[in-house]
Amino acid sequence: MSIEDLLRILRECAGAEEGVTIDESILDTDFDGLGYDSIALLEITSRIERDFDVRLDDESIDSGATPRNLHSLVNDG
Amino acid sequence: MSAPTLVTGLGIVSPNGAGIEEFWARTLAGDSGIATVTRFDPASYPSRLAGEVTDVAVEDNLPNRLLPQTDRMTRLSLVATDWALADAGADTAELPEFGTGVITAASSGGFEFGQNELQKLWRKGSRHVSAYQSFAWFYAVNTGQISIRNEMRGPSGVLVADQAGGLDALGQARRQVSKGTGLIVTGGVDGSICPWGWVAQTAQGRLSTENSPDRGFLPFDARAAGHVPGEGGAILIVEDAESAARRGVAGAYGEIAGYAATIDPPPGSGREPGLRRTVETALADAGCGPGDVDAVFADAAATPSLDRSEADAISAVFGPAAVPVTAPKTMTGRLHSGGGPLDVAAALLAVRDGVIPPTVNVSPDPGYALDLVGPGPRAARVRTALVLARGHGGFNSAVVVREHR
Repeated sequence: MSIEDLLRILRECAGAEEGVTIDESILDTDFDGLGYDSIALLEITSRIERDFDVRLDDESIDSGATPRNLHSLVNDG
Repeated sequence: MSAPTLVTGLGIVSPNGAGIEEFWARTLAGDSGIATVTRFDPASYPSRLAGEVTDVAVEDNLPNRLLPQTDRMTRLSLVATDWALADAGADTAELPEFGTGVITAASSGGFEFGQNELQKLWRKGSRHVSAYQSFAWFYAVNTGQISIRNEMRGPSGVLVADQAGGLDALGQARRQVSKGTGLIVTGGVDGSICPWGWVAQTAQGRLSTENSPDRGFLPFDARAAGHVPGEGGAILIVEDAESAARRGVAGAYGEIAGYAATIDPPPGSGREPGLRRTVETALADAGCGPGDVDAVFADAAATPSLDRSEADAISAVFGPAAVPVTAPKTMTGRLHSGGGPLDVAAALLAVRDGVIPPTVNVSPDPGYALDLVGPGPRAARVRTALVLARGHGGFNSAVVVREHR
């Protein structure tokens, strides 16, 4: 999964609050800071599992994690 | 009820106009929003007319964070809430979080969202169903999303009683205001113009199968043969005079002065339907009598037996053709739980401007003995107006609005 893939999935599955653009500038903002709740994270992780044929542990990504953490988890396990 | 419950803000999304003045100008002009369905191809369905909200760019009015998780009727309700709060001059960031609440009505929840997810379940499997389906279809979703977006966490809920529910929400909001919650966002924005919603409504057997927009919805007309459904409604800001004064608000559209609800006796019982008692109880709640009412906004089912029972109830309370009756919903279709709040908004604008909006396209059947307003608006001093709504399954609700001096 490329960074671009991840950003596209974030846009499609959860979007952004007013005044925020989903691009590389948010890779180190935690999900809580992006306004993503647990259901938004569930939507994102289930989409990644489907599109990239991986299994992600439900516990591994919480609101304190960042998009970069998620990208590493998917690519590096 | 002691202190009056005031309506200080309106947010209107109607098939015949979005925003207060656009809706009101088109309503007084008799300009209908009913047309052939455009949101899906209705050619293969028996009913093809609807009142669609066409002039709100919802997606431009909301953060895209909300778009993946919301049905259309939720988006419309959020926009209507923004407009209503702005109209009331209410900045929710400055209001006490637990001193404000949200009480809306819903008839079916987010049907279009639900249809999309069920289609994914059927075609692709459970792993393709959106996590947001867990709440986006739900009856209470508009209340929840309005509450989250505006940080209003006081007494909140949802009323579900088909078309009557929209008035029940106002009644419940008034009850909470009288119990001490300063300000409540209430009303309803509803609609399910998608194939699944269409089939569900068709199965109730009350939809018109007429193809011509000016013949589709003819309540109290000898040609009445069912109604046209629509989407939209109104969000109202209600508060007590003290809360309004604290915010420096001097005026109000009017008061929610009375409310009542009944359930019809079971079919076949031979007993009188509940609407007459609903009207009498609501008038008593408002502390007024039939002679005080200057206009009645009818439920206007456009099913002959229901038109008959409504006309009978109105005549029983007011006398034959003794009070002006109108059904501006002939320009919007029946908006489910959005219909009652939109009629209340129209009644408050009638109070404001001294004019009763028209019923369009209808040639009144004299057998109903109603003084039906139309095809043009009627100038009249309106101090008190009565709004009626009935829901499938025997729900009857009435709200009395009154000018605020």
